[in-house]
Parts: sequence; C-alpha cells; structure tokens
Amino acid sequence: MAATQAALSLQDVTCTFAGGYTAIDGASLDVAPGEFVSIVGPTGCGKSTFLNVAAGLLQPSSGRVHVFGDELNGLNPHAGYMFQSEALMPWKTARDNVAVGLEVRGTKRADALAQADAWLDRVGLGAFGDRYPHQMSGGMRKRAALAQTLILDPKIVLMDEPFSALDVQTRQLMENELLELWSADRKSVVFITHDLEEAIAMSDRVVILSAGPRARIIGEYKIDLPRPRDVAEIRMTDGFLDLHKAIWADLKDEVLKGYARTSRA
Amino acid sequence: MHAPAAPEQKRARKRVIDSRPQLLALQAFVLLGFFMLWHVLTATGLLNPFFFATPLGVLERTAKDLATAAFYRHLGITFLETVLAFAIGTVAGIVIGFWFARAPLVSAVFDPYVKAANAVPRVVLAPIFALWLGLGIWSKVALGVSLTFFIVFFNVYQGVKEVSPVILANARMLGMNSRQLLRHVYLPSAMSWVFSSLHTAVGFALVGAVVGEYLGASAGLGYRIAQAEGVFDTVGVFSGMLVLTLFVIVIDSAVSAIESKLLRWRPQTSATVSTH
Repeated sequence: MAATQAALSLQDVTCTFAGGYTAIDGASLDVAPGEFVSIVGPTGCGKSTFLNVAAGLLQPSSGRVHVFGDELNGLNPHAGYMFQSEALMPWKTARDNVAVGLEVRGTKRADALAQADAWLDRVGLGAFGDRYPHQMSGGMRKRAALAQTLILDPKIVLMDEPFSALDVQTRQLMENELLELWSADRKSVVFITHDLEEAIAMSDRVVILSAGPRARIIGEYKIDLPRPRDVAEIRMTDGFLDLHKAIWADLKDEVLKGYARTSRA
Repeated sequence: MHAPAAPEQKRARKRVIDSRPQLLALQAFVLLGFFMLWHVLTATGLLNPFFFATPLGVLERTAKDLATAAFYRHLGITFLETVLAFAIGTVAGIVIGFWFARAPLVSAVFDPYVKAANAVPRVVLAPIFALWLGLGIWSKVALGVSLTFFIVFFNVYQGVKEVSPVILANARMLGMNSRQLLRHVYLPSAMSWVFSSLHTAVGFALVGAVVGEYLGASAGLGYRIAQAEGVFDTVGVFSGMLVLTLFVIVIDSAVSAIESKLLRWRPQTSATVSTH
C-alpha cells in the first residue's frame, strides 16, 4: 500500500560493482510526494550510488525501484538530478544551459529561452544569462544548475551534496532559496549531504547511512520543526539542538568507523 | 579539463599582449637583423650570391612577381588545393572520428591499421596519387587530405572519448536522446579539440599541396619553386619560399580569428574557483 503511494520507493537495493565492491547493501527507502528527505552518512558510504539508483543511471544488483507505483526501468522520467560536481555544459551560456532541457523535450526555442530567463531571475542570475560557466563563480554555477534542474518541473528532485563546494554564507543563502522554491510547489526531494546540521535544518526526515562498504540505513528521524524555516536561525533553537544531539549520538560511531578505514588505507 | 594544451599557451600569449607594440618591434627587429646578416654575408662575398641569393634580389623578384597576373593563377591553384584538402580531410576526420569513438568494436578492430596508416611517410604516396589522379589538382588534394585527416581524426576521437561523465549523465537526465547528445554534448566537446589542432591541420594541408606540386604539376607555388630550382635560380627559390611564408601567415591569422569566435566559451585565463 505504502509502496504504491510513494513518489519514490527503493526496496532492498544492493549495489555490487564489478570487482566485488558492495557500496550499498539492502537499503530501503520510501519518499512521499512533497517530502524533503535528507540522506546523511560519512564520506564514501555510497550516498551517490544510492542517488544514481534512484535516478535510473545505475541498475541495482538486486532490489527494486518504484516511481509513483511504476517499476523503474531505465532513466527516471520524473526525476531531476543536481550533481555534486560541475555538470553545466561549458560551451553553452547560462541561459542556454537552463533552456536546453526544455528544448530537447520539444519546447520551441523562443519559449524555452523566455522560461529560462524567468528561472534565471528566480535564482538571482537575471543579469548573467549570457555568461559562460567559466565566467561565473561557484555559487552562480550552482544557481544555474538549480535552475537547469527545476525548469523541467520534475516531481522528484535528487540533489547530491549540491552546496558542499560553497562557502558557509553562500551556502546558507542557497539553502534558504532552495527551501523557498521547494515550499512553492512541494516536490519530493532527496537531498544528500555529509553535513548533519544542513540535513536537519532543511528536511522533513533525516536518514542515516552506515559507513561503507556495505552501507545500510541505520536510522530515520522525523524532523518536526516548524516551517517556513531559516537555516541560519533554526540552528539556534532548542528543538534543533535536541534532534542534533540524538542523531549525532548514532552517527558518531559510523563517522569514526569511516574515518578509521580511510586513515588506515 | 576542457581542452588540451591550449590553456597554457593562451595564458602565455595573454601576458605578452599587454606589451603588444614592444613585442611587434622586437619581432620586426629579429626579421631586420636576419636580412641584414644575410645582406652583409652575401655582399662581402663570404657567401656566394649564386647559391644563397641576396635579400634585395629576393625582395625585388617577389615584388615583380606580385605584379604579374600569372603569379596569382599559381597562388590561386595552391590556395584551392589547400582549401579542398583541408575541408575534405577535416570533414572525413570528424565523421570517422565520431564513428570510431561511438563504436568501440570498430575502433578496436581498426586500431592497428589506423596507426600503421598514420606511420606511412606521406611523401612516398605523392607519386602514387599522381599516378591515380593525374598531374592536376586532385593528386595534391589527396596528399593534403592524407595529412590533415589523421590530425583531425585523432583529435575528434579524443574529444568524444573525454567528455565528462557528469556532463553526460546530466544531459541524459535533462532528457536528451542519443541524437541530441551528439548535437549538444559530443560535437561541441569534440570541436574544441578540433580547433586546437586546426593550425596544424591547415599547415599540413598546405604542405600536402606544395609538396605535391613540387613533385609533379603544371601550376602552383610548389611548381614554381621546382622550376626555379631546375635552372639554378636561387633567387626564384627563395622568393617562392617568402611568398609561401606570407601565405601561411595570412591563412593562420584567419584560422585564429575563426577560432576565437567559435570557442568563446573556453576559459582564456585560469578558472574562477575550484569545485571540490
């Protein structure tokens, strides 16, 4: 019953790569329509693998993925994906990068460009549509990537540490903007981060992955902090601190495990 | 990440452009010094003017040639051969480079043969081409194509292979089918590599044309040089070389202009911020 209603449902997903490395082992996750879920885990625990499975870019070794009740076969047509590293096409201007998704889906170029301009305005890049990616700062490129993803109006947004490369101030600005855009038309969001504070501040639910290899889901926490939230201010509230304390107690061991492994290697 | 070799060169070029007049003055100074040395050595008899010609004689001959209509017919033929060799070689290189990059089986099977073909000294093919295609322009075009094709081919192959997997995954998530991936991702990526090899490709197209003419033709700049050599006319040979040099400079600056227009998206200086 729950599986058919979920926007995104991963059941017992295991990913073993050629060479025998198992990144995730038997992970299950349901994301309700309109829900903002963060996945937190130590470095190298297979968070990106998890997201690639949800996007349909990676076929799981075993387990099943359902999108709005339909079994996923090939790319996830309802998902927009914001990558961790640079994914803008360097040979296209910001405007063309944002418009290209609509264009290839059959929108007339003039219409696509008009919508792209509107989206660039919305993410604060209105004056920079003619810039090429190399002419923009890291923060501006992330905004452009956000617009590129959201202009297609995906029902599910997958975000892989989208703001991890940004400085703290820019990052909080972007987090607030993302929350504002999200609250306007509640898409399902799967947000991957290694930053627990970021996860709590933004999400409805935080899912903790264990240290890899063979990462598993080891904890789920409902975040019932009131919305709308300001990510900078909410960090000071008691509710936030209590949640942080409780989740960190669980995460700490895994972080230490992951750290011990990487420093040994 | 975007393109081979070019960034360092570009950066270096950018630094010297700041003092452009100085640079031009220095370059002119080197040229002048060379001609002076040449002049002094031949005028004093240290070098025999019969074998080494004299700079004034060469300049005089070149100026006289430039005023005749026959000269422009020869220049036009060499130009036509160069353009045809360049166009055919580039298009073939792009098409086959794409094909090989997108069909791993084809590239695996043909890999040793492509390498072997590229290792053949093209000059030895010139008489064969003359035999097959006659002494007209097409044997020269064929020689030029055999040179330019491989340069473009290898660059396109590399360009398609080296597309960032993240950009590719992102493009697929944006909904591109394989034809759209070709147009929006593979082609622009490959073109940046093609353009970085364009100067070399144009140069080789010209070499093919001139060497072909030199070895057997009835017109063209290479033919003129061969004619002059045949009668020990060293002034004519050096004059022909001077004209070729000027010709290459003009073509090369045209290529530079096209390149900077089409590759506007490529970073000219070091990138803005690191991403990880």
